[in-house]
Amino acid sequence: MMPDYAMPLQGLIGGLMIGTAAAIMLLGAGRIAGVSGLAARAIGLGGGAPRALAILFVLGLPIGAALVTLVAGPVVSRFPMSLATLAVAGLVVGVGTRLGSGCTSGHGVCGVSRLSRRSIVATLTFMLTGFVTVAVLNMVGGGW
Amino acid sequence: MRTIIGLISGVLFGAGLAVSGMLDPVRVRGFLDLFGQWDPTLAFVMGGAMLAMAIAWLIQRRMAAPVAAPAFDLPDTDPITPRLLAGAALFGVGWALGGLCPGPALAAFAINPLAAAVFTIAMMAGFAIVWAFDRPDSPRRPARV
Repeated sequence: MMPDYAMPLQGLIGGLMIGTAAAIMLLGAGRIAGVSGLAARAIGLGGGAPRALAILFVLGLPIGAALVTLVAGPVVSRFPMSLATLAVAGLVVGVGTRLGSGCTSGHGVCGVSRLSRRSIVATLTFMLTGFVTVAVLNMVGGGW
Repeated sequence: MRTIIGLISGVLFGAGLAVSGMLDPVRVRGFLDLFGQWDPTLAFVMGGAMLAMAIAWLIQRRMAAPVAAPAFDLPDTDPITPRLLAGAALFGVGWALGGLCPGPALAAFAINPLAAAVFTIAMMAGFAIVWAFDRPDSPRRPARV
């Protein structure tokens, strides 16, 4: 059963857009559209892609989101957590994605569809620790 | 040309994140809340994205070179290392804690710049920590996926 708050259609359409964006990066520039790697590259904290390519990709992300708000109206983006929680989360994500060489986009979208062993294992791992973390947070009253 | 591809890809990527509801940390955490009010939306996002990319990989195998670059430059698909596992495990914890991964955090600058900036600056500090601890004399390999 699909809960009424789920957005399967928007999810699928947005997902196809994300996958097409990654396909453009792959077939056009010959590279993986991995956001953590490109973001690190853009600020000079990683190797890989040509720097200009990485910078424009990173700048394109908020531009794309802004275009959607212009065309379709406000986009829901709720941040009920404290800024301190957000900072800790960001730090852990930053360390984890660079140690693990990728995030939801590079490993999840690009790597799993490539049937990369590294990416499949990484994706299963971060999904698992994500599920466990939320379950533990709920138990100790760490909801937002 | 290649640089413009970065912009086109980034814009479409960011738009897809906005359309799919992934700029909402509450919804993302809802997906990770397997034993609570589970929100399956993220699974549809991943499914759609993987479908498009699976087709792209089929096309890629028939291409000698990308359209606007001299050659494909792709990460290794092996081996599974302790570093990979530790990094992915940590990432999952942070993802759950903030309801954000790097793409939505950057795209969210268009909607909630303060929250996006706090997360992103901390994330970049994390990048810098790993960059600093990686031996500076080690060959700088392209980021592995």
